[in-house]
Amino acid sequence: MSNERRLKRLRRTMMFLSAQRPGLIKDAYIYGADSLMIDLEDAVAENQKDSARFSLYNALKTVDYRGTEVIVRINALDTPHWQEDIRVVVAGGADGLRIAKCETKQDVFTIVEAIEKAEEEFGREPGSTLIMAALESPLAILNAYEICTACPERMIGVAISGGDYRKTMGTKYYPDGYEIFAGRANMLVAARAAGVQCFDTVFTNLDDEEGFRKEVQLIKEMGFDGKSLISPRQIAIVHEIFAPTEKEIRDAEKIVRAWRENEAKGVGVFTVDGKMIDIAFIPGAERVIEMAKASGIYEGDL
Amino acid sequence: MKNAVNREIPDELLVNGREVFQGSNYRDGIRYQKAAPKVRMRTSQLDSKVLPSIVDAIKAVEFKDGMTVSFHHHFRNGDYIVNMVMEEIVKMGFKDITIAASSLGTSHDPIAEYIEQGIVTGIQTSGIRGKMGEVVSFGKLKTPAILRSHGGRVRAIEQGEVHIDVAFIGAPTSDCYGNASGKGGKSDCGVLAYADVDAKYADNVVVITDTLVDFPNFPASIEAVDVDYVVVVDEIGDASKIASAAARFSRDPRDLLMAEYCAKVIEATPYFKQGFSFQTGAGGPSLAANRYLEPILRKHNITMSWICGGISAPAVDLLNKGLCECIVDTQDFDTVGVASVHTNPKHFEISTSQYASPSNKSAFVNKLDYVILAALEIDVDFNVNVITGSDGVLRGAPGGHPDTAAGAKCCIIVTPLLRGRMATVCDSVVTVTTPGECVDILVTDYGIAVNPKRPDLLEALQKTKLPLTTIEELRDIAYSIVGAPDPLPFKDRVVAILEARDGTILDVVREIEPLK
Repeated sequence: MSNERRLKRLRRTMMFLSAQRPGLIKDAYIYGADSLMIDLEDAVAENQKDSARFSLYNALKTVDYRGTEVIVRINALDTPHWQEDIRVVVAGGADGLRIAKCETKQDVFTIVEAIEKAEEEFGREPGSTLIMAALESPLAILNAYEICTACPERMIGVAISGGDYRKTMGTKYYPDGYEIFAGRANMLVAARAAGVQCFDTVFTNLDDEEGFRKEVQLIKEMGFDGKSLISPRQIAIVHEIFAPTEKEIRDAEKIVRAWRENEAKGVGVFTVDGKMIDIAFIPGAERVIEMAKASGIYEGDL
Repeated sequence: MKNAVNREIPDELLVNGREVFQGSNYRDGIRYQKAAPKVRMRTSQLDSKVLPSIVDAIKAVEFKDGMTVSFHHHFRNGDYIVNMVMEEIVKMGFKDITIAASSLGTSHDPIAEYIEQGIVTGIQTSGIRGKMGEVVSFGKLKTPAILRSHGGRVRAIEQGEVHIDVAFIGAPTSDCYGNASGKGGKSDCGVLAYADVDAKYADNVVVITDTLVDFPNFPASIEAVDVDYVVVVDEIGDASKIASAAARFSRDPRDLLMAEYCAKVIEATPYFKQGFSFQTGAGGPSLAANRYLEPILRKHNITMSWICGGISAPAVDLLNKGLCECIVDTQDFDTVGVASVHTNPKHFEISTSQYASPSNKSAFVNKLDYVILAALEIDVDFNVNVITGSDGVLRGAPGGHPDTAAGAKCCIIVTPLLRGRMATVCDSVVTVTTPGECVDILVTDYGIAVNPKRPDLLEALQKTKLPLTTIEELRDIAYSIVGAPDPLPFKDRVVAILEARDGTILDVVREIEPLK
């Protein structure tokens, strides 16, 4: 897969797993998440970082993840762990890493520099290790656009990290989401302006399915690409809510077909069902079809 | 001689009418003369059958060397009866004893010693575990153990292949005449279904209870007309191990994934219609399937007619919610099952013969639509092993597995593809306990395989989004992760015979060296 396609791949669900749990990381792809987020940071006790890295490295080297993306959340820059984390991620050949507590574009530069060194050290193709940044503070949100644009060739996108963000904002979780609305909205605008993806935070109460559904519906409507998850039980719900409706799929198909026909005739602007369509509509329509395919509900032939 | 599941059965075992397994319905429709016990008639008045001790009961039945004694396993790992009785028999100097139990478990480790001493020389059971499984596997039992399904045990007794000299029946309550029930008392186990055949076919029947109640103890699972003596002891079992706390649904995501697949398989197959019948095993994913079935039943506005087999909270929950018309119960696994049976008017006790025997005029299993069962191993011919571990040692129980698999229209095996470093799906199982011809669908965490003998079910499932694959593909994935298992270093001597439900020989287990 080209790096450009790797950057844009579908990431509705990014499931967190502790690198300390070999039983989980050995085959977590069976649950069908788009991406696995193997954690070296908060889920790993301070005195277990080495053993977690060891498990992770061996998993990356031996497990066939069957096309599921593997991203590793590394420890933050203010810890003694991040350099070694990066070496393990690159040596093991993970698809990418998630920068914890990223606040500035300088943080991105620092990480990228270490990745470049590691790619050289372990003979990996330069630029093959993708990155994404977790925004966990007001400062990070204000710097979102600079962070998003700091390294276009590697940057998947940004994710808001609700726990720390709420804490630094002096609030806590509320079911309506107003406490985190400004963070979500600003980050989303920055990500879209930079042309990168944007992911929502985890929902931690596994017993509150209704609350979870509400939150997923909200972020879908806002325009997020996906959500971080803490349990396989959450995957199907996100995929269900993100799945396009039958009408959305039909409309998308019409647009793509009409575009192909008109493009061959050299026509750039045309109408479908009375609505004006030009090239600007094509990526959106293609995305609906891609999403329908990923959701297992597409039965057309595009 | 090779049998129908391609297992080599030694010719020396094929004597006295014993045959190799030739397909599940090879003996369908044969006529046979039922065996009958030799009993003592009583014309005189009698106030009570209570004797002061187990020793007195052993004397009263005129116990002799070489006798066969039987037990049931309703007390599961909390059972005190087997050890209590065998200790007295051994102390009294008897030898050459055969134990014919409905099942044996880890609570019976002391019996291993009697096997090593050559006092217990025969074992006939469904389950064999712990130290007993080890000493038998290591060649210490004088004659090969005979392992049968629950239904197969009833058949062997009814056809006279096992003759029980004395049945010792532990009962949570009994009256002075031996009317015994699984309900009440200190060791409440709900039902006494496995002991029904023992009471009716043993020459001597001794009921052992820790709670003597007023006469008549009705309704009675074991009837006084079949009982010779009653013995009251301090404790017949450990209540906390007899019925566990309410069975909870597993929260393990892997179990839940497989459970959801099972429920969706049921939804998509043709027997899923108003009034279908259903059974699950007691394993994590099997039980959890109940939880995913509930919304599917509600969605289609369908209710089940009956649930059978071993019962725990999920089945009782479906009954109480009106999603199932009734439960026919042969064993209770948790306090919820125990409390419900006989109390809820739609929760009935049935005998093991009614449940699963192939030798009566049709058991409940023959009318079963779906059964969900577990497996230790399953091979590419869909043969299942639930008796021998990856080290070749006996550590399991066919139980009702072969009976329900044979009877159900759709038998679903659910198992994770890997257990630790072991592949569950393999080229050839160590021991065949359920023949592949009875298995229809395999559900694993890595995908679902349909037995090629059931193209109808495959076609039904192809209309769904379920992850279908082949059993060979599942084996290949398993082997690619943990490797193919080395052959086990079995010796020649047969230590256990796996009898098919109809009495033919399905497989044998051979002696193995202890792992060093």
